[in-house]
Amino acid sequence: MTGRIGAAVSRIEGRKKVMGEARYAADFAVPNPLYAHLVTSTIGRGTITAIDDADARAVPGVRDIYSHANPLGLTPDGMMSTGGHAQQGWEPFDAPDVRFYGETIAMVVADDILAAREAAKRLRFTYSEETPAPVFGAEGVEPEELPDDALSSGDIEAAMQAAAQTLDLDYDTAANTHNAMELFATTAQWSGEDLTVYVPSQWVEGFRVGIANELGIAPERVHVVSPYVGGGFGGKGSVFTFTPMVAAASKRLNRPVKLYVTREQGFTTASFRAETQQSIRLGAGADGRLTGFEHTGRELSSRTDTYVVNGAEAAARMYHADAVRTGVTCVHADRQTPGFMRAPAETPYFFALESAVDELARRLEMDPVELRRTNDIDAEPVNGVPYTSRSLMECYDMAGEAFGWSDYDPAVGSMRDGDWLVGWGCATAAYPTQMAPCSVRVHLDRTGRARVMVASHDLGTGAYTVIAQAAAEGLGLEVDRVDVELGDSRLPPGTIAGGSVSTASNVSVVQIACERIMQRLGTTPGEIDVEAAFNAFGQAAIEEYAEWTPRGSQKNARRGLYRGQVGIVGGAEEEYTAFAFGAEYAEVRINRWTREIRVPRLYGAFAAGRIMNEKTATSQYLGGMVWGLGHALQEKTEIDPRTGAVMNDNISEYIVPVNADIVDIRAMMVPEEDTLVNPAGVKGIGEIGIVGTAAAIANAVYHATGIRVRHVPIRVEDLIETG
Amino acid sequence: MRPFSFRRPGSPEEAVAMVEPMGVAGQGGAFHAGGTTVIDLMKLHVLHPPSLTDLGDVLERGIEETGDGTLRVGAGTTMAEAAEHPAFLRAPVLSEALWKAASAQLRNVATLGGNLLQRTRCPYFRDNVSACNKREPGSGCAAKDGINRLLAVLGTSEECIANYPGDWANALILFDAVLETRSGEGGREIAFDDLHVLPGEDPARETILGDDELITAIRLTVPDWAGRSVYTKVRDRDSYAFALTSAAVALDLDGETVREARLAIGGAATVPWRAREVEDWLQGQTLTEDVAVEAGRRAFEGAQGWGENDFKIPLGRDTVARGLMEAKAMTPETNSGDSQ
Repeated sequence: MTGRIGAAVSRIEGRKKVMGEARYAADFAVPNPLYAHLVTSTIGRGTITAIDDADARAVPGVRDIYSHANPLGLTPDGMMSTGGHAQQGWEPFDAPDVRFYGETIAMVVADDILAAREAAKRLRFTYSEETPAPVFGAEGVEPEELPDDALSSGDIEAAMQAAAQTLDLDYDTAANTHNAMELFATTAQWSGEDLTVYVPSQWVEGFRVGIANELGIAPERVHVVSPYVGGGFGGKGSVFTFTPMVAAASKRLNRPVKLYVTREQGFTTASFRAETQQSIRLGAGADGRLTGFEHTGRELSSRTDTYVVNGAEAAARMYHADAVRTGVTCVHADRQTPGFMRAPAETPYFFALESAVDELARRLEMDPVELRRTNDIDAEPVNGVPYTSRSLMECYDMAGEAFGWSDYDPAVGSMRDGDWLVGWGCATAAYPTQMAPCSVRVHLDRTGRARVMVASHDLGTGAYTVIAQAAAEGLGLEVDRVDVELGDSRLPPGTIAGGSVSTASNVSVVQIACERIMQRLGTTPGEIDVEAAFNAFGQAAIEEYAEWTPRGSQKNARRGLYRGQVGIVGGAEEEYTAFAFGAEYAEVRINRWTREIRVPRLYGAFAAGRIMNEKTATSQYLGGMVWGLGHALQEKTEIDPRTGAVMNDNISEYIVPVNADIVDIRAMMVPEEDTLVNPAGVKGIGEIGIVGTAAAIANAVYHATGIRVRHVPIRVEDLIETG
Repeated sequence: MRPFSFRRPGSPEEAVAMVEPMGVAGQGGAFHAGGTTVIDLMKLHVLHPPSLTDLGDVLERGIEETGDGTLRVGAGTTMAEAAEHPAFLRAPVLSEALWKAASAQLRNVATLGGNLLQRTRCPYFRDNVSACNKREPGSGCAAKDGINRLLAVLGTSEECIANYPGDWANALILFDAVLETRSGEGGREIAFDDLHVLPGEDPARETILGDDELITAIRLTVPDWAGRSVYTKVRDRDSYAFALTSAAVALDLDGETVREARLAIGGAATVPWRAREVEDWLQGQTLTEDVAVEAGRRAFEGAQGWGENDFKIPLGRDTVARGLMEAKAMTPETNSGDSQ
């Protein structure tokens, strides 16, 4: 077995997963546990005026019922944007208020799960109900402009006036829910004053500090265990409200407590991708060169928290423009606080951007790929900061050749095949290259076996494998000689598994540790004779602890690493602009009668610096593209505008792609060397796959039908005339 | 889930003797066959019968061919078994309506008797909170002004717009099916067309079955010409999704002239919906595209949209037209397993 950097190594933990040996958070057995069950509100806004719990407490085995009438004494830690770690800025049970439909208003703890659920069902709440404003357009939502998040350069109005062509377009994106296969769960176990928490987490270090802060105990007392995560997608990046609740209940009841959150409860008790409304103005010369670019977004958030993704910041850096203006407005509504979901900013905003660029190509009668070539740049247009590397057009060319784009006939409806209208479309994908401080411990013994320890995470992404590959490379070993430990807050602190930072950061720090080991052993990875080296060294094992902080980090970033600070840097920085790029092409077929949209071909090419593992990278890209297809055509969290209730809170009616929807899907890799982004030369790949897909499909739908759908998901009814 | 007892009778007679009602008038007895609907709804606390009477050792399983085109289907036959049965493959609409439904896992356990009685997926019925006349008679209908994209446009009333979500019933209804049932009062036969009742003013009542009445077998007569038949199902993804609209079509053609047409509509109606007037109109017509479009138009005469689901009317028309044209294009010898 070889398998150093770049090789298509199969996942080193794959066998464990297939054999059922990999233990996910809810799989950990604790002695003599109690079981918790959440109770959620059935109104969208108001006040709880009474709780009748007599029936519920009469259920045999019920230990206690928590609510605002019997709170758990937790202290808010704040969201990541305010230096905290929590999914929302306040604690459940802090008041009798109901802020949204599906809010956690009680938690039952009982001897077994059935008793907990039965008691939950028997709780009676009396509400004083108010009319909620849960969606855009509802009376009572509160817009909050965020001027600090706006970009401006040049004179946008002058640029528009001077343009030969202008477009002014509005786009909407729907709310989405993560629906990872692994449900949310928490198990808490105290040993004296020390707490162990088993919880699916994309950030064990942040969870450790965040849980401690909410409980009001020292972070050193908290141990977070999450070795495998069954899909995170951003939804497991912030501390869930229920996790400290379970820990607090466990402390009070002096027994371990286990909570499973049901699928339907997962729709409102954790975060989600909020709906957006966006406007784009484009001005262009007759040659297609963009003169002005304006992109503004309105994003839904909760009544209580300001959370926006503001993807216009990235969109504004994609193409040439003489003048740029962006802005974002947070619209406070009676819903839970939204949060990260795969490419949080780019997924919705690039649907709008890349649809608009396609519309401009139509207006100019230019090939959409050539329009992008005309506006390709070496430095972003807002501040003129150069890209570390940018292989966008190479991506278009590679994927375009495989797709057969040279046969593209731009005429609408020109590619009909019998009863099926065929359309082709393309779009740009991009994602900022980001990193975060991280540390690692690497252990090598005289038998030539290495162990790499870092509180990083594998969400099914292949992190175990690429970290092993990096160590194998740095120590001159075969990859099967490297063991990797992740997902435990007792390991050296790692990064959040978010913002596509993991691989770049982990590989950078592993390289440092391995170099030091080689230095101490007086050898190099290429020459190492392990036994001889250790004999000369005079010890049977050697260990190195290394820290790494990316360029551009704040002065105190190293200290922050040990205090649960996220520390992400990258993307549009002062000195460089760092992004990974891609190009995606879609073919759609639409039945001329019934208008359902199918996607027989979806090709993407991506350039993201050094690729650690061709196999896991391909899976990441493909997974992103599959989700992009779902985002384009299927996924929508259906909110009843009268109540704020989610009306499709199950995976039968919350539609995501199934195998039958995915036919010929390909991810290609454009070789790219980038020595500026980080020592590893790695750009993140976890999120970029989803970014261009929705627009590529929307553009193909237009080509097939002549109907421009400016929202996602695009569904049958968007292509049918009603009336 | 609330405690309930699980009863395992050894015969249909024992089953009907021990079964308890579902709890709401007109919702039948709390039988458990595949369990894919009843368990689901019990977990949601929408149904809470005191007991379930299991039919595992009770129901006949398998399809008998009696020679004259008549099939007798044991009510315990699974969807997966039936979808692959040669008699069903000869009339593709019967097979397609099965394998285009649900997922492989569900089809492996769900039975045909239970499938006919599949409950609506109306989210206001299932949420156990909203006003719903089907779940809580007299409470109202939250769906009419709500998220009703998936709900019915045919056969609705002011009291209920829940759609019948199943597929196979829409194919079965084409073939003059008869249900054999058993209850405490003995056996009887019910024309399948009569099984489901429109919601009207009493949407809780969905069928004419008594509270202890069990479907034991299904008889249907499949004409030779049903090789020219198709189940056209429009859905949000290509597998494992309920129909937005569907059309079950069987055609007897003489050249391009319709000798006999059979048509039923799914996804869009409150009950399995046979369009007999359209069938009569089609008889003798030359089946051109214009005729197919007109048939679709006629099939949705009187349909009423409720906002989000308005599109089902034009979509349903086009589904009918497409189904007719697809059936026309078939060459019955080579038609099975066609997947588009």
